[in-house]
Amino acid sequence: MAGIVGYGAFIPRNRIKSEEIARQWGKDPAAIKRGLMLQEKSVPGIDEDTITISVEAGRAAIERAGIDPQLIGALYIGSESHPYAVKPSGTVVAEALGIGTDVHVADFEFACKAGTEAMFVALSIVESGRAKFAMGIGADTSQGAPNDALEFSASAGGAAYVFGKDHLLVDVVDTYSFTSDTPDFWRREGEFYPRHGGRFTGEPAYFRHVTSATRAILERTGLKPADFRYAVFHMPNGKFPLAAGKELGFKKEQMETGWIVNTMGNTYSGSSPTGLAAVLDVAAPDDLILITSFGSGAASDSFVLRATELLPQRRDRAPTVRSMLDGPRRYLTYGEYAKYREKIIVND
Amino acid sequence: MPSPRYWREIPARYRLEGGRCPACGKVTYPTRRVCPECRHEGMEAIALSRHGRVVTFTTIHVAPTEFQMEAPYPMAVVETPEGARLMVQVADCAPDDVKLGLEVALEFRRIQREGRSGILCYGHKAVPAR
Repeated sequence: MAGIVGYGAFIPRNRIKSEEIARQWGKDPAAIKRGLMLQEKSVPGIDEDTITISVEAGRAAIERAGIDPQLIGALYIGSESHPYAVKPSGTVVAEALGIGTDVHVADFEFACKAGTEAMFVALSIVESGRAKFAMGIGADTSQGAPNDALEFSASAGGAAYVFGKDHLLVDVVDTYSFTSDTPDFWRREGEFYPRHGGRFTGEPAYFRHVTSATRAILERTGLKPADFRYAVFHMPNGKFPLAAGKELGFKKEQMETGWIVNTMGNTYSGSSPTGLAAVLDVAAPDDLILITSFGSGAASDSFVLRATELLPQRRDRAPTVRSMLDGPRRYLTYGEYAKYREKIIVND
Repeated sequence: MPSPRYWREIPARYRLEGGRCPACGKVTYPTRRVCPECRHEGMEAIALSRHGRVVTFTTIHVAPTEFQMEAPYPMAVVETPEGARLMVQVADCAPDDVKLGLEVALEFRRIQREGRSGILCYGHKAVPAR
C-alpha cells in the first residue's frame, strides 16, 4: 500500500495572546484560557497567505522525501482561505516547488477538513498508479470575526505530505470518511467572515463526526484505542479534541503530542495535518498513529498510520513543528493584529 | 508590476534561479545573457540556496503605494553561499534587528498586490534565521 514519503509544516512567527484579544473586547482572559484552553495563536504576517505557507511546508516535505520535485504528478491544496476566488493556489505552489508543468493540480475546500481531503485524494492517486508521487497540503490563514469566539482560535499554518509507494516514512494502514449535511459553520460567497451555530457546532457536528469516523476505522482495522501510541483529532479549540478522545477511550498521553492548539490556535485546514506533523517529528518505528479531521458542513476523515524505520532518519532534514511553535516569536498588540489581518478600513 | 513582466520573472522570483558563467564561474541573480565579469555569452541556470547573510541594509520610511502598510521596513542586500547578491525586504523583524552579517533564510512571501482586484505577486524575502 502507498504511504507518506515526506512531510513538512510551516507556522508563521507572529503570535497574539488570548489576554490581548480578551482585553480588547472586555472579556475575562482567565475564562477564555480555562474554557477554550487557548494561550495564544499564530498570526500570518502581512505578506503571508495560504500560498506562501503551502510553499514553505511543501519545500520541507520534499526535503524529507529526498525526491526530484518533477516526479510529483499531482498537487492538491485544501484551504478555506485561498487568496484568489478564481485562480488556483496550486499553480503558484507547483511553480515555486519546481514541480513543473506535468502535474494535475486542484484546490479543495471543505471547511477545516480540506487538508485531509487533499491528503486522501493524493494518496488515492498514488494507489491507483496514476502518479509516482502526489502531494496533499492543508493550509489556512483562518478568518474569525472580531469579538467572536473564533477570534481566539483562528490562526495560520499548514502541513504538506508527499505520498508514494517506496521508501515510506509512514505506512497508511487504512482510511475512512464519515459525511453528513450538517449546517454548523459556513461562509457565504462574498462574505469576509464565517458564521457558526454556537453550541450546535459541538454534539451534532464535531463530536458526532469525529467519534463516528474514528469508531468506524477502529472497527475496520480491528484496532482499539490502547493499540495507538499517538492520536490527533481536529483542534477547533483546546477542549473539543481532548473530550472527543476521552469519549473514544484515548488517554491524554496519546493525544498531547499532536495537541498543539493551545499555542498555535486552529489553523482550520492545517489543524490536524500540522498536529500529525508534530507527531511524526517524534514517533518511533512501528508506532501506530490515528488522525481524525473534522470539517464543518460536515465530515471527518480518519487515517490509521504506522511509522517505519525510515522516519527517524529523515525528520532532521527540515524544521520540526515544536521548533516553530517554541522558537523565535513576535507578539503583536491587538492594533498590529488588526492591521495584519486587514480588519482596518483604509483608502486605496 | 504589470502581469506579463511578473510572469516572465517567475523562475527567478519563485525558485531563486540565478545564472553561473561557465567561463569564469561568476554567479548573478537574476541570470544574464552576458557575464558581467568576463563578457562570456550564455550563463547556466542554477538554483540559489535559500539562505545567506546581510551585506548591507537600509530602512524604507517613505514607501511606494503598494508597500505603505509595511513601512517602516528594512531592505537588505543578501549574499547567498554561491556568491549571488539579492536585494530583498527583510520581514518578521524590526528595522533595528537587521545587522551586517545577519544570517537570514529566504522565505516565499507575497511581495505586492496589483491593487484591490489585480494579481498577487510572490517572491522571496529575508527573515532572521530561526
